Amino acid sequence: MQYLPNILFAVILLAGIGFFIKNVKKLSRNIKLGRDIDVSDNKSQRWKNMAMIALGQSKMVRRPIAGFLHAIVYVGFIIINIEVLEIIIDGLTGRHRIFSSIGSLYGILIGSFEILALLVFVSVTLFWIRRNVIRLKRFWKSEMTSWPKNDANNILYFEMVLMTLFIVMNATDVHFQDMNSGNVISQFIAPWFSSLPDSTLHIIERGAWWVHIIGILVFLNYLYYSKHLHILLAFPNTYYGKLKPKGQLDNLEAVTKEVKMMMDPNVDPFAAPEEEEAEGDIPAKFGASDVQDLNWLQLLNAYTCTECGRCTSACPANLTGKKLSPRKIMMDTRDRLEEVGKNIDANNGEFKEDGKQLLDDYISREELWACTTCNACVEECPVSIDPLSIILDMRRYLVMEQSAAPVELNNMMTNIENNGAPWPYNQMDRLNWKDE
Amino acid sequence: MSELLKVPTMAEFMAQGKTPEVLFWVGSAGSFDDRAKKITKAFVKLLNKANVEFAVLGTEESCTGDIAKRAGNEFLFQMQAVTNIEVLNAYDVKKIVTCDPHSFNCLKNEYPGLGGNYQVMHHTQFIKALLDEGRLSIGDDKFKGKRITFHDPCYLGRANNEYDAPREILKQTKANIVEMKRHKHTALCCGAGGAQMFKEPEKGDMDINVLRTNDALETNPNIIATGCPYCNTMMTDGIKAKEKEADVSVMDIAELIANDQGL
Repeated sequence: MQYLPNILFAVILLAGIGFFIKNVKKLSRNIKLGRDIDVSDNKSQRWKNMAMIALGQSKMVRRPIAGFLHAIVYVGFIIINIEVLEIIIDGLTGRHRIFSSIGSLYGILIGSFEILALLVFVSVTLFWIRRNVIRLKRFWKSEMTSWPKNDANNILYFEMVLMTLFIVMNATDVHFQDMNSGNVISQFIAPWFSSLPDSTLHIIERGAWWVHIIGILVFLNYLYYSKHLHILLAFPNTYYGKLKPKGQLDNLEAVTKEVKMMMDPNVDPFAAPEEEEAEGDIPAKFGASDVQDLNWLQLLNAYTCTECGRCTSACPANLTGKKLSPRKIMMDTRDRLEEVGKNIDANNGEFKEDGKQLLDDYISREELWACTTCNACVEECPVSIDPLSIILDMRRYLVMEQSAAPVELNNMMTNIENNGAPWPYNQMDRLNWKDE
Repeated sequence: MSELLKVPTMAEFMAQGKTPEVLFWVGSAGSFDDRAKKITKAFVKLLNKANVEFAVLGTEESCTGDIAKRAGNEFLFQMQAVTNIEVLNAYDVKKIVTCDPHSFNCLKNEYPGLGGNYQVMHHTQFIKALLDEGRLSIGDDKFKGKRITFHDPCYLGRANNEYDAPREILKQTKANIVEMKRHKHTALCCGAGGAQMFKEPEKGDMDINVLRTNDALETNPNIIATGCPYCNTMMTDGIKAKEKEADVSVMDIAELIANDQGL
């Protein structure tokens, strides 16, 4: 019977990790629904970007207050996880504070965890105030409906509770307090419990210990459903982020093939398509009307988005009251992708047509046409998300598959086709300015 | 005035068996838009003054296709690009300069993938090089002490990371350069990009160019300097909307320097 807690712990741990792995598999399956894209180039620059932007938080600090608070929570998260390692070993072996045998270093470690825990608590509280009391504009835009708002607050509550449990666990650990090393913060909390008998203290300590580790496992499994997934995906996302100049939009290869054929006088227009082309080398459609038409990097982008809204707060269209919000483009893409994923799960691994798509059912044409392609959203994103590429792919679908551009743009394009300028001027007059 | 402008074409150069130092890509706006034509001419005056052997394609030039691409019409873009590349490669063009950041971005970044590889410069980069090489010098103190704010074109700044060339030119005019709150990588778009120039804006509570003009007016400028024909139009319209035409002028960097030179 004395091994019961150890067995219970192992079961909970395995269940927590197992469920997490299941969700990671689903996540990876969904991302792979996207078209392939070659991002195997320039590995050294990619590692550098990941180190600078994800690990080094270089873009977060562009907004100093949020950046500073975020850095505290981030460092706290990583460092305090060393303590989780001890908890897991203790839980499995039935020992108590197994690392304490390393001597005075243990005190330094736990002491720094305690300080960080307090700093994280304070930072998270300030984040909560920014969201709910100061009501920073970007947290209250129209796409921030009830779930995105609750999700953000849930994460903050999680952090507050976990940090509190950590401090309480230390404060009620009589043996640890007696050691009087590393209890930098908890020594001030311990007196609150001093009137209680040791046995009660022990129960509180054990309770805090168990709820703390179970809380961490629950939090781990909350990630998949939450914008908080960015703590993992920020790393691959910044690694695969765009390296080319921001102004450079990809040239559609399928179009290049057709254009080259049209321009080549030697091509036989009645020739039967070559074998490999007939196999479906050319994509079913130009541009994107649904998530499967996007590439996997765009889908990874959608799962990485943490809905901070920096993109939207810099978007000229959004700033002037238009419907377009780059954050909403990312949220819609993720929501639709989740819907497609659930559809596949419910239909034995096959997607069953549901009469819905990303275009119109999630993202309206009005939003797509409001974009100035200014790259402000791309520049702002702290984790290298590119909302513009999705907007462009959807415009491509509207124009090349549906001929559904606004009428003025159709006029402009007709002019380019007919006389090589967006206005109806004759190409032969192109040099007239010289003599005017 | 006009007979002073020397604007040879590539065809003329070829007929003489010569190659120019650089091709000046005028662009559709620079060729046809009344306001942008003034920028084209100002830049040509500078090229003439600095004795730059340049040529234009003239009637052989066609729209880069940039606007079509951003509107989603990849077919039209690539048709334009392939046609232009054929002409450019036939003339064995190596170096291109343009006053339009959209053409600059498109030629520099999007043409190589379709077989067009050129060294492409924005005219502010080119003017800066002329100043650095001593082929052009700013002597007159015409703009000394004037408050000038520079509006970063998206396709020069964020799109291609060129923030310094225009500012370094302005510095040499001894003007008092005042930055808007949103500048360099945080600069706000004028509202014309992504084919917006050619359509009515979507429903909103304000026009983007008016918001950007507010940014500029906060700096209390005498001149709003730009480096893009579309930004120029948008900012000029913004100034008109604010009824500030009498106090604030919108000028391209090329016009500022041509003006400084008394051209």
